[in-house]
Amino acid sequence: MFLADYIKDVYGAVKSLLTGMKLTGYYFTHHKEIITEEYPNNRATLKLADRFKGEVWMPHDENNEHACTGCSSCEIACPNGSIKIVSMNVINAEGKKKKAIDQHIYRLDMCTMCGLCVEACPTDAIHMRNTFELSVFDRNHLIMRLNKPGSKIREGVE
Amino acid sequence: MFSLEGLTNFIHEWLNGHLPATFALLVEFVIVGVAAIGLFAVLGLGLVWMERKVAAVMQIRLGPNRLGPKGIFQTSADTVKLIMKEALTPSNADKFLFNLAPFIVIIVAMLILVPIAFARNFQIWDINIGVLYVTAVSSLSVIGILMAGWSSGNKYSLLGAMRSGAQIVSYELSAGLSIISIIVLTGSLKISDIVASQENGWWIFKGHIPAIIAFVIFIIAATAETNRAPFDLAEAESELTAGFHTEYGGMKFALFFLSEYINIFIVCAICATLFLGGWMPFHIGSWTAFNHIMDYIPSSIWFFGKTIFLIFVIMWFRWTFPRLRVDQLLNLEWKYLLPISMFNVLLMTLMAIMGWHF
Repeated sequence: MFLADYIKDVYGAVKSLLTGMKLTGYYFTHHKEIITEEYPNNRATLKLADRFKGEVWMPHDENNEHACTGCSSCEIACPNGSIKIVSMNVINAEGKKKKAIDQHIYRLDMCTMCGLCVEACPTDAIHMRNTFELSVFDRNHLIMRLNKPGSKIREGVE
Repeated sequence: MFSLEGLTNFIHEWLNGHLPATFALLVEFVIVGVAAIGLFAVLGLGLVWMERKVAAVMQIRLGPNRLGPKGIFQTSADTVKLIMKEALTPSNADKFLFNLAPFIVIIVAMLILVPIAFARNFQIWDINIGVLYVTAVSSLSVIGILMAGWSSGNKYSLLGAMRSGAQIVSYELSAGLSIISIIVLTGSLKISDIVASQENGWWIFKGHIPAIIAFVIFIIAATAETNRAPFDLAEAESELTAGFHTEYGGMKFALFFLSEYINIFIVCAICATLFLGGWMPFHIGSWTAFNHIMDYIPSSIWFFGKTIFLIFVIMWFRWTFPRLRVDQLLNLEWKYLLPISMFNVLLMTLMAIMGWHF
């Protein structure tokens, strides 16, 4: 019947509009829901999500040891050649020659933060860090060496 | 106790004691004019700030928060910026009409201020056809908008102005009918009589369901008449850049912007007067003690409180509802609001004749 449809139309419209107003009214009365970060002011308490991709970083433990074997998987995985592995041969305790990392060179100025190098790493030696304030005055500072001077591979990592 | 009535009486007596009656009247005219312009400035700054804050919190943002506590000086800074800007007139424009249009719009907004009762016995002119005057003058603002759109020499402006014309003309019908349904109850068009008739309770409570329906329809029509979202087809940023004021800049644009907020204030003030008792405190029938306590709150606070609440509701609409298409807009008016409000007037008349309201 026409009139019943008409009233149903009006009822449905009013109901859906009120549903919308309920949500915005909820946000209006609950200021905790505000998601804006007042960035430079809240720098001390700023918490970023773990999945945030800032820059590539090689963690070192307290003995200045890392997990990088110098296998070049990250260099191969990198789509635009931001990583360059300089390897060297070291003689281990048994007197055998072994390949090891000399310099892990990372060019932040070319990096697109895709994270493919981290996925490619077989020994979990590199990570994406949460840092994001990466501007520098001289672009040469953007070419970084990730393994610290004098560091060596951790025992047992192959 | 603080009251605006005492202030006006004091000024009136002081002027008449020191000046001849004619000069005293002239000085009073000037005072009223300056007060009206002052109210415009304060309302413009305050309501724009309120709009931005309400919008921000409803969208889970913070809004202006840098200049002054909670960013209250942000709008003053924006105004200074607008004043400093060059008010350009496009070479294709009809220069005379182009420059006249913002003033027409703002003068119309200023004219409607006349019969509004801001507090007990605080009114510029208690004209005996107050509500009729408001509905008649408020439809003049469409002339300013059409003028702006036509004279800009821009197709977007023209489209926006035409849309605005169609919208205001059609929504005035249902606004008028819902005003009539309250006039049926009060039996007077005079604002002071309408307020006085709500001495024992506001019409929205005394008038049962028909009054509530009339209230809702009036709010919808008021939103449409002031060209605000969800009925902001005249501006429609995504389709028409800025509609009828596309070509305006600087202070000329600011006048359009200001008049939008003044119109919201006026429409909400009328709505508060008709349905929520204007400056009348919250009274319940014959509860003398309760009514007496309510009378201690100054009437100006009641009036501005109600008006600002209604403005908040209209802002709530704006930041919740999506914009209607032109055909949907006219459908809503002619197929839904108009039949419902006509039926509602009938029901209200029946109620008034039978004396069913309180």
